[in-house]
Amino acid sequence: MPCTRRTFLQHALTVMAYSYGLFARPSAHAAPDIAKPAFSLLEQTLKELFNGSKIIETDKIDIQVPMIAENGAVVPITVSSSLNNVRKVYILVEKNPQPLSARFALAPELETIVSARLKMAETSDVIVVAETHDGLYSAKAGVKVTIGGCGG
Amino acid sequence: MSSIKIRTKRIDGKIQIRTLISHPMEHGRNRNKETNALIPAHFIKLLTVTHNDQVIVTADLSTSISKDPYFAFMLKSGHAGDKITISWIDDLGNRDSETHVVK
Repeated sequence: MPCTRRTFLQHALTVMAYSYGLFARPSAHAAPDIAKPAFSLLEQTLKELFNGSKIIETDKIDIQVPMIAENGAVVPITVSSSLNNVRKVYILVEKNPQPLSARFALAPELETIVSARLKMAETSDVIVVAETHDGLYSAKAGVKVTIGGCGG
Repeated sequence: MSSIKIRTKRIDGKIQIRTLISHPMEHGRNRNKETNALIPAHFIKLLTVTHNDQVIVTADLSTSISKDPYFAFMLKSGHAGDKITISWIDDLGNRDSETHVVK
C-alpha cells in the first residue's frame, strides 16, 4: 500500500485515538481516588483523639473568630460555652497540615472561656470539641483567609 | 528577661488572666529566605497555669498556634494577692516560668 498523505493521516489519527484511549482510561478511573482520599486529615485526627466516640454537634459552644482574616498567621479565637463541666477544649483547624492546634485541660475553677491565636494555612473551618462528663460536643465556624497564612 | 508576660484583671470577683509569650513557634515547613534551608520546628509543647500552686490549665499546643502566642482564661473567683504562675516547655526542652501577683 502506498503511503499517501491521506493514509498517513488516517493511520496517525487511529494511533492517536488508541493511545489517548489507553492513557485516558486508567487516569479517568484514578481521578476520584486522588481527589478524595479515604480519610481527611481532620477525620484521622478526630479518630485518633476520641477513638471513634460519638461527637454531638451543639449550639452551646460559641466560637468567636473573624469571618475574614487578613493575616492567616494570626487569627484570634475566643471559645466560650454554656455546657456544664467542660473538662477539655480542643481547637482544630480543618485544612492545616496539623489540624489539632491546642488542647486545653481546664480545672473546675475556670470559666469555659479560652482565647488564643491560631495560624491558618488557608480558608477553612475551625472546629471546637468540648469534652464534658457526659460526652463530646462540637461546633464549627468558617474563617476566610485572604493572604497566605503559612508564613510566621 | 522573662519570655512570659502576665496581666490579670479583676472583673466582678472573677479574674481574667491574659498572657503573651515570646516564642518563634516554627512549624518546620518554613524556609530560610537566603539559604533556602528548612527552618527546624521549634514550638511550645506544654503550657501550664497555676493559681496559688494549684494547676488550673494544662494546654498541649501544636505548631498551628501563632508566633508569640497569646492566651486568655477566666477564673471563677479570686482575690488580690493570689499568685498566678505560667510556665512552658518547648520541643527542644527549653522552659520558662513567670509568677504574677493579682492586684
